Amino acid sequence: MSSTQNEWPLWEVFIRSRQGLGHKHAGSLHAPDAQMAIQNARDVYTRRQEGVSIWVVPAESITASSPDDKEVMFDPANDKVYRHPTFYKLPDEVNNM
Amino acid sequence: MTEDQHIQAILRLGDDTLVLGQRLSAWCGHGPILEEDIALSNTALDLIGQARNFYTLAAARENQGRDEDKLAFFRSDRDFQNHLLLELPNGHFGDTIVRQFFFSAFALERYVFLSRQLMDAEVAGIASKALKELQYHWEHSAQWIIRLGDGTEESHNKVQQSIHDLWSYTGEFFEADEVDQAGFEAGLLPNLELLRDTWNTRIDDCLQKATLQRPEDGWMQRGGKQGIHSEHLSYMLAEMQILPRTYPDASW
Repeated sequence: MSSTQNEWPLWEVFIRSRQGLGHKHAGSLHAPDAQMAIQNARDVYTRRQEGVSIWVVPAESITASSPDDKEVMFDPANDKVYRHPTFYKLPDEVNNM
Repeated sequence: MTEDQHIQAILRLGDDTLVLGQRLSAWCGHGPILEEDIALSNTALDLIGQARNFYTLAAARENQGRDEDKLAFFRSDRDFQNHLLLELPNGHFGDTIVRQFFFSAFALERYVFLSRQLMDAEVAGIASKALKELQYHWEHSAQWIIRLGDGTEESHNKVQQSIHDLWSYTGEFFEADEVDQAGFEAGLLPNLELLRDTWNTRIDDCLQKATLQRPEDGWMQRGGKQGIHSEHLSYMLAEMQILPRTYPDASW
């Protein structure tokens, strides 16, 4: 058997650091299945109180944008500052914007 | 229960967790994969943290000027009263997981009792904190048992062999001596006969899922709680204790 066949699947790990926030990509790891991936994520990415919730997603299930499409995808947004919410006044009580 | 027996019961809780924590910490940097390396090291740190709490409490109760470090580093093998299973060398990954599986099922049930008993609030406090950690240790080792047992032919055979090799060390968990008996009568320690039932249920249930055989109960090892150890403990202690014994005032 080649080493690639022995390799466990790769999982992308998303951690929610506090209630009310979204899950953020924390990194990736190898695990034989979803349940072990959650346990491994707990050990690797939340050992310093980083999280209250974990998602794991098989890396192969993620469809990514192509770097070749970068200009088409993202450049058109460059000159449209009016899309930023910087012209509004936010009350002090609003966090996490 | 005499005051001495009470302190001894607390010390034993510390000895179990320190000895297994020290053994497990030797996996650091040697785990089969990075993720498991961190998992084993986390578990080792949990156990050593529990040992510190029990030793600090025992030291305060005996009030002889000793502290957690004195209890960990300046006692010799005959003074340690851990279960024999915990001092055994790590062996291969399957051996380590089986040892963890047997002990976690026992320690988890023991902490459930200790966290609820009303005789010693400080022990209950340490146990409730440790209980959450043990729930994870149990879950982690049980999941591994299922995957190794129900994995490949090689992993199945290896872990089945580990279960056979370590089985004779599980009887000691449930063999009550005077301290266990006095602790039970005083309401501090669990009834080990009842604990055996819940332990059996956990173990049997998981072995079945893992397609593994439970060995026949036969002759069981004993002696750890009386300080009569295998040859492995003193080597482990020598390595663990050499620095503080050579340089008693060393500090970081």
